[in-house]
Amino acid sequence: MSDHKTMTLTLIVWRQKNANDPGKFETYTAKNITEHHSFLEMLDCVNEDLIHAGKDPIVFDHDCREGICGMCSQVINGAPHGGQDRTTVCQLHMRKFKDGDTIYIEPWRARAFPIVRDLIVDRSALDKITQAGGYTSCHTGGVADGNAILIPKTIADEAMDAAECVGCGACVAGCPNGAAMLYTGAKVSQLALLPQGKAEAAQRVKNMTDAMTECGFGNCTNHYECMAACPKGINVKFIARMNREFIKAQFA
Amino acid sequence: MQFTSSSIGRKILMAITGQAMVLFAVVHLLGNSSIFGWLNGGINAYAEHLHSMPLPIILGFRLALLAIVCVHIWFGIQLTLENRGGRPRQYAVKSTQKATFASENMIWTGVLIGLFLLYHLAHFTFQIISPETAALKNLVPLHSDLVPNVLGMVVAGFKNFFVSFIYAGAMVALFLHLSHGIQSFFQTIGWSNDRSQPLLVKFGTLVALALFLGYVTIPLTIFAGILKG
Repeated sequence: MSDHKTMTLTLIVWRQKNANDPGKFETYTAKNITEHHSFLEMLDCVNEDLIHAGKDPIVFDHDCREGICGMCSQVINGAPHGGQDRTTVCQLHMRKFKDGDTIYIEPWRARAFPIVRDLIVDRSALDKITQAGGYTSCHTGGVADGNAILIPKTIADEAMDAAECVGCGACVAGCPNGAAMLYTGAKVSQLALLPQGKAEAAQRVKNMTDAMTECGFGNCTNHYECMAACPKGINVKFIARMNREFIKAQFA
Repeated sequence: MQFTSSSIGRKILMAITGQAMVLFAVVHLLGNSSIFGWLNGGINAYAEHLHSMPLPIILGFRLALLAIVCVHIWFGIQLTLENRGGRPRQYAVKSTQKATFASENMIWTGVLIGLFLLYHLAHFTFQIISPETAALKNLVPLHSDLVPNVLGMVVAGFKNFFVSFIYAGAMVALFLHLSHGIQSFFQTIGWSNDRSQPLLVKFGTLVALALFLGYVTIPLTIFAGILKG
């Protein structure tokens, strides 16, 4: 550490004891932070100091810290995951900040995501959408010969692009309406593109979009903030595809 | 869930009614541009042509337009109110990356256009704003007939600075509304993908700009004294 310049930062962090607590911002100082710290490691350092001082550490979600699991969920200076292109909070590094910076850290804010504590929100509403139809229930029989079902490479690639979604909820957090259209669009598309998913495509899109509304998500107004927030770069073309699927389903 | 209570169903109704009004705005501008004289007899001949259509067609067209406007306003307000609660508390720092002033203020530009529409109908359709220049009361000869003097009514109206100002201001609101609304239509009914979407944004803005320029030219040229009655 000694050969690195260190930074001192002011953090303004949302603290909330539970879903019923009104919550408020608290100010902390992050000291001895190097540019090599990830954002979560920087928070680990602050929490160490808080624990030593006998205070409650800042509670936040995290798991793999490799940018693939989608657990970390913080709105940093107004941008979900900190606003760096295709990056989760754990892969955001402190070299993106300067000594003396003030950083606002907030939880995902959406009607469908109640705050559990501090920066942790309950994202099970996304699971409810997937439970409503994000699967295929067709009997597939025994193991088929390889390539028995022909899928063009471009279609397989596009389905994979949709399947990149890790369900972190940044799209909802970034959406001014708290809508889950990008998430649902990705889940509907990854199945609708492939032969195994096409069989139930019409019922799926109806069930999943109904679940979206029932869970309290807002409606899409095509701001495309979701696409900017998505750490996996999911494109809003999947929302257009879901809209197409929805229209097709009306005639099915 | 019913189409009219589902999230995407209501979006589709907004998109289709909105696009129908865009088409109306295009045709309305083409018709109004007869004021510049490309049609024999000018705007008076155009107005007479419209009014001489069979009554059921005129009434049917007006009722259809009214229904389209009502559906668009009803779901526009309903969806906006629902979406306002979608994020119960705003972030301390506002950092939008893709949203625009136009996309964030659709309800307000919509309200302005709606209010303007009422004024516009009172002014030129029901002709109660300035009854002394009302076209229906001032007949002028056209070919071998006497027809309402629409040109005189329009020119008298736009000679007034405030009237011209209201029209120009409403067209700014229309431009903002359509610069988001037109591309939004294609996305909502699923006629877009990653390659076409950025082009549709440009196309929508260009159409909105063309309508804005076309419409403001009429009050502007009259107020500047270029176009005379």
